[in-house]
Amino acid sequence: MTYKASFRVWRGDTEGGELRDFTVEVNEGEVVLDIIHRLQATQAPDLAVRWNCKAGKCGSCSAEVNGRPRLLCMTRMSVFDEDEVITVTPMRTFPVIRDLVTDVSFNYTKAREIPSFTPPAGLEPGEYRMKQVDVERSQEFRKCIECFLCQNTCHVVRDHEENKENFAGPRYLMRIAELEMHPLDVADRREAAQDEHGLGYCNITKCCTEVCPEGIHITDNALIPMKERVADRKYDPIVWLGTNLFGRGRK
Amino acid sequence: MTAPADNAVSGGVRAPRRARIAERTLRTDRWWLSPLLTTLGLATFVIYATIRAFVRTAYWVPEYHYLTPFYSPCVSTSCVPGSSHLGHWFGDFPSWIPLGALVLPFLLGFRLTCYYYRKAYYRSVYFSPPACAVAEPHGKYTGETRLPLIVQNVHRYFFYVAMIVSVLNTYDAVVAFHGSTGGFGFGLGNIIIVGNVVLLWAYTVSCHSCRHITGGRLKHFSRHPVRYWMWTQVTKLNNRHMALAWTTLGTLVLTDLYVMLVSSGVFSDPRFVN
Repeated sequence: MTYKASFRVWRGDTEGGELRDFTVEVNEGEVVLDIIHRLQATQAPDLAVRWNCKAGKCGSCSAEVNGRPRLLCMTRMSVFDEDEVITVTPMRTFPVIRDLVTDVSFNYTKAREIPSFTPPAGLEPGEYRMKQVDVERSQEFRKCIECFLCQNTCHVVRDHEENKENFAGPRYLMRIAELEMHPLDVADRREAAQDEHGLGYCNITKCCTEVCPEGIHITDNALIPMKERVADRKYDPIVWLGTNLFGRGRK
Repeated sequence: MTAPADNAVSGGVRAPRRARIAERTLRTDRWWLSPLLTTLGLATFVIYATIRAFVRTAYWVPEYHYLTPFYSPCVSTSCVPGSSHLGHWFGDFPSWIPLGALVLPFLLGFRLTCYYYRKAYYRSVYFSPPACAVAEPHGKYTGETRLPLIVQNVHRYFFYVAMIVSVLNTYDAVVAFHGSTGGFGFGLGNIIIVGNVVLLWAYTVSCHSCRHITGGRLKHFSRHPVRYWMWTQVTKLNNRHMALAWTTLGTLVLTDLYVMLVSSGVFSDPRFVN
């Protein structure tokens, strides 16, 4: 079944831009990225879009469709009515480069600020041994494809540019939680999570979880457990007494 | 409903170097419906609970020993005879102090600092944000990094008190199996009261702080098999924390309303035994 769909696609760069109207053919089984590619092939050969795998695994084609952060390759055309106008824009939290392509280097900067995996002293690569039950929690977070949709939708930086300096964003707070829960990581990341990476900015409104194409429970399994661990370290006098007076460390 | 006003002329989604798009959101779905319903739901409960906490009437059914959860424990000499299961700890309360004042502030604190309710009211009442990818109206945002919202970190202490209150509610539910002629009795009110207590336990135990305390804070589950088992069970309940948060608001109102109607003689409690 083929029909003509109405699209509004943002075209422009840092100097300015606008939503331009297109009418384009849609075939059964297609996704929004297919339609963007057809636009490139037939009407707008210079339309810039970043993509790679077309399978929801590379995280390249992140954008906003009808105002909702999505992967273009995982948004089926069948979820829209045939007479619906479909608006496609770049992610609105990051600087635009051109058309649908944004500069996501903010995320790489934040990634570099997190101290890497810290194994116990004297334990060499190849000697790591872990029980599956101990490493399962961290493994959920390894499903992340780094599409940065969670970073894009988080209102802490989306609505407040000034917070970018102090807030790592849900993807990298999840990375801290992954390492903090890792059975062989010996670094204590709780104080830094709050003071250096801005965990306190998170008000757990769960938009990161809502937009995650991998279905990772970012808020419930990473951010809230991390907030509780920070509370252990900084805000709970009973835990503090247990740790400092009676030597009950983390096990 | 339209998108909230600008948070700042040059900030947020209109910050320099971002794609220049005039609209604050391009969402075309009914994103405003969820915050609207949340606000209405929370406001309904707050208004009902506030009125009932202060009216001091129809909170105790002497024939069957039904006590509404809004007045438990009733430890003032102002309480009607029989309703003070734990005795009289205080003299008369002035009319502006609810008879359930001993625990109501803690239960309010437990719900206010609850991770689910935080999401609910940050979105629907404070518009921070009103919905995903819908710009918030505030020019500045510091979240839970400083006072007053940094106090949300005490949630675990409200959880401890809520556990004690759940024990008290359980005791109330047990003594409510009382017949009109003394001894054991069982009526529709018991089913409602017990159902409420079971769901209150489920809501309390499904708390994120409880999940952390039972096992979430461990580095090695394999060294603590009992705590790991507890953590897995709490996690199952925790997945339904939002549903339990709303259900228990409903069952609290239902239980209180039922006790009020029976106590005031609007209808008789259908009795199965005595």
